[in-house]
Amino acid sequence: MNTMNMLDKTLDTNTTKIAARDVNVYYGETHAIKNVNVEIATNTVTAFIGPSGCGKSTFLRCINRMNDTIDVCRVTGDILLDGEDIYDKRVDPVQLRAKVGMVFQKPNPFPKSIYDNVAYGPRIHGLSKNKSEMDEIVEKSLRRAAIWEEVKDRLDAPGTGLSGGQQQRLCIARAIATEPEVLLMDEPCSALDPIATAQVEELIDELRANYSVVIVTHSMQQAARVSQKTAFFHLGNLVEFGATGQIFTNPEDPRTESYITGRIG
Amino acid sequence: MPLFWLVVVLLALTALGFWFGRRRALASVQGNPRHLHSLPIYYGANVAMSIAIPALLTLVIWLLAQPLVIENRVSATIPQDLLPENTSIGLVMSDVRRLAEGLDQAVEQNVMTTAETLALDASTTDVRELLGTVGVALGSEVRPEVLSAAQSYRQLSSTGSTAMAVVCLVLALAGFGLSARHTNKEFRARNVVERGVLALLILAASLAILTTVGIVLSMLFETVNFFGLHAWTDFFFGSTWAPNFRGDSELSMLPLLWGTLYISAIALLVAVPVGLFAAIYLSEYAGPAVRSLAKPLLEILAGIPTIVYGLFALLTVGPLLLNLFGQGENGILGLNWMTGATSVLTAGVVMGIMLIPFVSSLSDDIINAVPQSLRDGSLGLGATRSETIRQVVLPAALPGIVGAILLAASRAIGETMIVVMGAGAIAKFSANPFESMTTITTRVVSQLTGDTDFASPETLVAFALGLSLFVLTLGLNVLALYIVRKYREQYD
Repeated sequence: MNTMNMLDKTLDTNTTKIAARDVNVYYGETHAIKNVNVEIATNTVTAFIGPSGCGKSTFLRCINRMNDTIDVCRVTGDILLDGEDIYDKRVDPVQLRAKVGMVFQKPNPFPKSIYDNVAYGPRIHGLSKNKSEMDEIVEKSLRRAAIWEEVKDRLDAPGTGLSGGQQQRLCIARAIATEPEVLLMDEPCSALDPIATAQVEELIDELRANYSVVIVTHSMQQAARVSQKTAFFHLGNLVEFGATGQIFTNPEDPRTESYITGRIG
Repeated sequence: MPLFWLVVVLLALTALGFWFGRRRALASVQGNPRHLHSLPIYYGANVAMSIAIPALLTLVIWLLAQPLVIENRVSATIPQDLLPENTSIGLVMSDVRRLAEGLDQAVEQNVMTTAETLALDASTTDVRELLGTVGVALGSEVRPEVLSAAQSYRQLSSTGSTAMAVVCLVLALAGFGLSARHTNKEFRARNVVERGVLALLILAASLAILTTVGIVLSMLFETVNFFGLHAWTDFFFGSTWAPNFRGDSELSMLPLLWGTLYISAIALLVAVPVGLFAAIYLSEYAGPAVRSLAKPLLEILAGIPTIVYGLFALLTVGPLLLNLFGQGENGILGLNWMTGATSVLTAGVVMGIMLIPFVSSLSDDIINAVPQSLRDGSLGLGATRSETIRQVVLPAALPGIVGAILLAASRAIGETMIVVMGAGAIAKFSANPFESMTTITTRVVSQLTGDTDFASPETLVAFALGLSLFVLTLGLNVLALYIVRKYREQYD
């Protein structure tokens, strides 16, 4: 790890996009997230790291209310998106998810053509008036996901026929086609080989220009490479949250240091 | 030796062999099973297999073949002029068998000894009266030729049984001896037993296949007979189904096929939407409590015998439809479309109800098999539940659902009882769902029930109909399998 390089990363003075206040999550009897407070800024990549089962994916899924689909899951506390509580009764989770896109750990293209995969979100949200506008959205999304050159000649081929890395970039294209404001990524590279991982990481860095990106990762190198802010979770607690360079070079909490140096995990 | 004791002895020998093989194997390594090639029970199983399989196999084959052989030999002794007009040798032979059984009974009840039965003479003794006293009633006076045939039948049977017992026991003992000699620590008993298990599995699989082949062949032979008596052009391309016993029947399959397909189509029209929607509700919306209650309740429908559905059609649905669309109870809607309770619609609706659990249960399993990640992906893009189901889950599950529907369709085509009771018995071409119609299956039943003569086309047509039905449902099943296979890999 090149520490100098990381310290050099500039932290733009960005406004807060998402603010979590005293968030607790329960799965039935299990207390999965304990009093988490975190602020996620615009145009920033925020990484959540921590050992397996520490609650980082659970917390990520709270941000777009994907936990609503799990019956036994209960969330307390406030999560504010642009100052508005997303758990307010007036908020429609369906609309929220259009604003907060998500990329999953395992590539999950729909059993449809590549084109239809990307056009899926824009179609259900009515983002295009006609076919040519949709073509534009699809092309733009695929280009931004750095997969356009590979698939432009076979947009009618099924998305499931692509390789693992291509599928994941297709899923990213699908997520950004709906023009979300926040992009949540749950271990997006865990099923990918190093080359595809490098492509996706490069992509994440580019996406920062337009979105706030939150990424859960098990790879500390990856967190160091792509993120500006890092949050370390342990046993449901947010142990430490700060600039990536600082977390990796000069952590305040001994648990963070142990994890980063590989003593707990 | 009676058959029961023979089997008991063989099984006892098998158990003994098992015990002996196991012991001998252990003895060959001074009681330390670590030095054996296989676990001790494999040596036991090997000896048991060598005893039981050849002996029992011979027993089964012998039991099947002996009556045929004896029948052939005995029937050859019956003079041709004994046969009355228009009867076959089969009738005389059944007399012979019955007489032989009667004599067996007489010996068993100590009315006469075995020697006396052999000395019996039809001209001096009233055999009919004699057997009447032991409870065996004979249809006519016993003729001397029949009596002698029955006597030789009994003799051959008893010789055959004795031979069978001897052969089986010799085989069992030979198997015991040979396998016991093999049993030592180097012998690979486990591999031999493994091959035995394989053979058993192959036997089971081939029995099922052979049965299918047998069914098809038996239908095929009778169908060929039918086409020898009746023009195939009339069967396939005629337009009237009018069997009579004057010999000029019109036996066309088409009106029956039309009735079958029409009723099945209405059944599917009822079953597919209801079943599919029920499956979607159960798998996507219902909570675990509702699901655990509703699914078994729905599946109870599948356990109801079809005759009960038939009663439901006859007593409830038929009169109800008649009230709605006809003048029953003076017609609720004031229509006069329906004149009797039996109609295509009655049978179709009830059959549809019968098929609901098929469609819903199979579709439910298939929808559940769609990976959760696809649902998450769609919901994560801001799709609602129903958008997710319509655009992601159902397309992914479609091949399986089509397969389920085709399976339900082949059930509908083969259904008999509901049609008998709900649809009437008139074969005709009509598009009116309020009229009575009939199907292939019900005609097969009606052509074969009652006093039938297996040489007339009116009876044999049942086999041609049955074969056509078989081909039709087989085609549907093959199509269902093809669709499921072809599209399955898309979401795996």
